[in-house]
Amino acid sequence: MSKEELKQYLEVTYPDLEVKETVNFPLLLVNKEDVIPVLTKLKDASETRFNFLFCETAVDRNPNFEVIYHLTSTYYHHDLEVKVILEDRENPVIDSVYGLWEAADLYEDEIYDMFGIRFKGHPNLRRIMLTDEWNGFPLRKDYQDDKIISL
Amino acid sequence: MKDKTTPSLETSKKDEKRYSTLNLGPTHPATHGIFQNVLTMDGETILGAEQTIGYIHRAFEKIAERRPYYQITTLTDRMNYCSSPLNNIGWHLAVEKLLGVETNKRIDYMRIIVMELARISDHLICNSVIGVDSGALTGFIYVFEEREKIYEIYEELCGARLTTNLGRVGGFDRDFSPTAIRKIRELMKRLPKILHEFENLLMRNRIFMDRTINVGSISAERALNYSFTGPCLRAAGVDYDVRVNEPYSSYNDFDFIVPIGQNGDTYDRFCVRETEMWESMKLINNALENMPEGKFNAEVPAFYMPPKEEVYSKMEPLISHFKMVMGEIDVPKKEIYHAVEGGNGELGFYVVSDGGRTPYRLHFRRPSFIYYQAYPEMIVGSTISDAILTMSSMNIIAGELDA
Repeated sequence: MSKEELKQYLEVTYPDLEVKETVNFPLLLVNKEDVIPVLTKLKDASETRFNFLFCETAVDRNPNFEVIYHLTSTYYHHDLEVKVILEDRENPVIDSVYGLWEAADLYEDEIYDMFGIRFKGHPNLRRIMLTDEWNGFPLRKDYQDDKIISL
Repeated sequence: MKDKTTPSLETSKKDEKRYSTLNLGPTHPATHGIFQNVLTMDGETILGAEQTIGYIHRAFEKIAERRPYYQITTLTDRMNYCSSPLNNIGWHLAVEKLLGVETNKRIDYMRIIVMELARISDHLICNSVIGVDSGALTGFIYVFEEREKIYEIYEELCGARLTTNLGRVGGFDRDFSPTAIRKIRELMKRLPKILHEFENLLMRNRIFMDRTINVGSISAERALNYSFTGPCLRAAGVDYDVRVNEPYSSYNDFDFIVPIGQNGDTYDRFCVRETEMWESMKLINNALENMPEGKFNAEVPAFYMPPKEEVYSKMEPLISHFKMVMGEIDVPKKEIYHAVEGGNGELGFYVVSDGGRTPYRLHFRRPSFIYYQAYPEMIVGSTISDAILTMSSMNIIAGELDA
């Protein structure tokens, strides 16, 4: 499907979700609770078949967090961006998509390491880049460290 | 440790069998970089592996949040340092997409030449190292001379060899010099002969084939599940190439083949890379032949240092010099994702800009970071010597893995 067709398809299929557009891809805003059902449907539906999670990352929009999934289909060559907004800054939790794409293993480890977002159902959530006893989560906007020198 | 790769303790007690634990790495001479794998071994067979990564994490994404756009190029050098011009140009293309800058055909063709040269040098190292790990040092020494020639071309283009910082946002800082063009042409004359000889050494070599065929194989389905990209995915039989699927930098002007493997094993990865080098040479030759006339940079003065004599004598260059150094550049508020086909696969840049001089958030999609997680699955059941060979054929670069 082309970008416009995909946008229309999403508007029809998910009437209660917000469909937007970024520079590259159609953008689907998903509620935190619906991540697994929506992504499973996107992966399995014969119209979309998003079988390839090519990027998963997070952005700290202080005070909210955004978790972003970039999906593509090797059958139809269309792309989609899915965005989930997490409002709980103290204890951000979201369902892991490890069951759908095993690539999420290290993606989610990295997000946990840098943002402190916990992934429910992830088999082995750990700090991969930093040491286990590291204080705070560096890519959060309110991260404080005495060693950061401002020029 | 994960259940899927590790035998449970109960069975090991019941069978009265002793498994040994072996630390492969962090600084093992055979792993070409800082990787640690804690292997569970039964004799010489690998039963499970646990990866530890992050030994050379340099917090690039954090540093990038405090740097102006044009200074981030030097961070991308240090990711996949075997093909740094590719990363540089990938980043420049991402910033151009953010700014909405159109480049002319000459810049695109110049970029294709540089990117394909980088791809050749990346694949040369990877393939010759597969040879070294299977016991054939000759090919490695033999093609390193050619890699040296490619580095001389980089030197002619930008002055640096390994961490190149090549090009600028919107094009290049200077045109190709006649010496650079002569050197590229000379290389294009030499390389086919050398590559043929290199292939004769390894490709139908009985020992090499026995060591690599059906070693570290992965099916197309599993590879897609693990988000493989680049030569490793194509060796598994999926025709996914960013240059074809999402053409950038006028790649759609050219005719080239995307080689596909069948089994996704070490030998297929070797062959896919070999064929890609031939295709890269074809692309470079085509781009050199058809290079149009034009300027070597697009109109984005905020990203070029103007000539120093103009800064001292004219108003406009002085303003743009000041603006650039102070970082007072207007960048639109946007979120973009741009990917290029790097040496190892899809090298993506996810840039979130909120209008300031620095990106609000920058995420590097590093291909080898993502497919490294399939490594335990690929080596379970094989021997250590095969595990080393699998790692070198996946071309895991420590700088790209840890970022």
